[in-house]
Amino acid sequence: MQLWLIPLLPLAGFAVNGLLGRRLSKTAINAVAAGSVLLSFLWVLKTLSALGVFGGGTPLEQAYTEHYYTWIQSGMLNIGVDFAIDRLTAVMLMIVTGVGFLIHVYAIGYMAHEGGYYRFFAYLNLFMFFMLVLVLGANFLLLFVGWEGVGLCSYLLIGFYFTEKFATDAGNKAFIVNRIGDFGFALAVFLIAVHFGSLDFATVFGKVQGMPVESSAGWMTAIALLLFVGATGKSAQIPLYVWLPDAMAGPTPVSALIHAATMVTAGVYMVTRSSAIFLHAHNALEVVAIIGLATAFFAATMGLAQTDIKKVYAYSTVSQLGYMFLGLGTGAFSAGIFHVMTHAFFKALLFLGAGSVIHAMSGEQDLRKMGGLRKYTPITFWTLLCASVAIAGVPPFSGYHSKDAILASAYEYAPWMYWVGVFTAGMTAFYVFRAFFLAFFGEPRWQAAAHDAHGHGHGEPHESPSSMWIPLAVLAVLSLVGGYINIPKWLEPMFKVPEEGPGIPWTALVSVAAGLLGIALAAWFYLISPAIPEGLARSFSTPYRWIYNKYFVDEFYDSVVVEPMIDGSRSLLWRVVDASGIDAIVNGTGKTARNLGGILKRMQSGSIRSYAAWVVLGSIMVIIAITMGGGR
Amino acid sequence: MPPLPPSVPLSWYLTLSLILFVLGIAGFLFRRNIITVFMSIELMLNAVNLSFITFSYKLKQVDGHIFAFFVMVVAAAEAAVGLAIILTVFKNRQTLEIDELSSLKN
Repeated sequence: MQLWLIPLLPLAGFAVNGLLGRRLSKTAINAVAAGSVLLSFLWVLKTLSALGVFGGGTPLEQAYTEHYYTWIQSGMLNIGVDFAIDRLTAVMLMIVTGVGFLIHVYAIGYMAHEGGYYRFFAYLNLFMFFMLVLVLGANFLLLFVGWEGVGLCSYLLIGFYFTEKFATDAGNKAFIVNRIGDFGFALAVFLIAVHFGSLDFATVFGKVQGMPVESSAGWMTAIALLLFVGATGKSAQIPLYVWLPDAMAGPTPVSALIHAATMVTAGVYMVTRSSAIFLHAHNALEVVAIIGLATAFFAATMGLAQTDIKKVYAYSTVSQLGYMFLGLGTGAFSAGIFHVMTHAFFKALLFLGAGSVIHAMSGEQDLRKMGGLRKYTPITFWTLLCASVAIAGVPPFSGYHSKDAILASAYEYAPWMYWVGVFTAGMTAFYVFRAFFLAFFGEPRWQAAAHDAHGHGHGEPHESPSSMWIPLAVLAVLSLVGGYINIPKWLEPMFKVPEEGPGIPWTALVSVAAGLLGIALAAWFYLISPAIPEGLARSFSTPYRWIYNKYFVDEFYDSVVVEPMIDGSRSLLWRVVDASGIDAIVNGTGKTARNLGGILKRMQSGSIRSYAAWVVLGSIMVIIAITMGGGR
Repeated sequence: MPPLPPSVPLSWYLTLSLILFVLGIAGFLFRRNIITVFMSIELMLNAVNLSFITFSYKLKQVDGHIFAFFVMVVAAAEAAVGLAIILTVFKNRQTLEIDELSSLKN
């Protein structure tokens, strides 16, 4: 079935653009970059149809595996380069290549005036390669390879505007914070190798099935928790979420592709893939649920007061990822993956729409300087409206279906989790529509700002070119109807789905009501009487300040982790270990050699006769030695 | 080769060789004149030749003779080259004092 073609096509695109891109025309770069991803997408479709996915019957109940070669063979451990495709992978492949292709097309328009054009597309294609390796890999090591690779590309693309210090800082932050998570993941992989003697998904999960469920702490719990540490890094969960909002320093298509639709859901994919292990460690599963819920809640509160449109959506991403983990933690793995898919549609659309708004405003990202854009960018307005209603969970759009599945599962697990989730859903609807109303309605606030900033007229905001709005339109359609792709049913052979009662359960009605209430509040605050939010901010100044400053988590990490680390590096590692330890050894070696040479150089007087004297002395000593040794 | 008078023991030849060799060393080490130094080297070579011949006679083997001839050939060649160098040095520097010929040092 040639599964290897799927990741290799973007890699070829990366090679062409990365090596020759400097000499290629923009048209050629576009064709290579988007074309390779399109071919990859088509190959996914062809593979899936060859496997019978689009026909009737029950295709892919068993994973279809291709073995390419043995990578590592050491004792009992045998790791091959194997790609496998099962129902979960099929979903992820469709999301990654499909949404990825749309975002590539969008990026052609968005990046048209940027420097480093070929570099951008080379990185983007490299990212596609690693992401596809991540989802196709049939063992933990290949998963890890893809995992690290997408982290690298994320770093490269966040720091794409590398002349700006904040962008490189954000890239470093993302990379370093992810290292912490990856460390946990690596430990988990080691533990799996030690305890199961294999890293193949099929072997490991087969062995897990025959083991008892752990009710207290044990090494299955340890593996699960370490895997989850990896997931908190990559998928931006508490306590390692801090890099994602900063990652918005990258170009907007990157935010859409990597930091909303695909890479950040790798953690969800990994936990789902390892569901057998998690289901055998209930404590770990509970931790997943609680962390997910806490992340969803706190990130939503932080999103309430952001003024940068991309930051609002970034916190929304963190919050939605929290939802996914809530779903996984409460046992609804298929609902989590369902939300991965719908989230990929509407969050990619939100970011691309935000990019379109920023494009229209010539680079302005501050919501306070927008307003009234509805007239100037109608397509962006309508598509962003689709995305906003989808994320707010308004039926019958996509967000409603997946979020409802998660919340229903949370209610089964623990009612209080459901209520927190519903409250969070209300907040989500509120802040998304707050951004929407601030950008598109009300009096334009940008003319004055533009004059202040540049001292001259700015030109009116303009609609984006077709290469940008066509992907927007496609994603808008997907956001609206994506909920009818019944992922939980598709994944049923892998994850059991609880029986649905007849009619619409009241849990769904409540969460929809919360969403509508959030939208109504946003409309009231930002359309009807804009004085209210300012009044609220004044009368609740302390909580507002905390939220506005994101609970001072960054400051806390800075003072607890970063600064002690820098201080320790400077005063201990540099001044003590490096200067008086390592340097002393190096310099000491040189000094010893020089001193020894200073003594020995006296023998090298340059006077032939003194050399001769040494020779004589030496020969006499040799003769004495021979004589003492008995003449032999 | 006529037999040596039996009254001269082997050790005398060796002692003579040793004395000549030590004289050569002493001359090499302590004399200042290049020609004297040169002659001291020749003296050492011939001292060695003497002990070669002695052992060759004693052991009734021809190897020692062959070595002695080799040494003579080398010594002759060395004398030719060495004396040419010494002549040139004297022509350029008007001195044969070995301590004054130190322009290559440092």
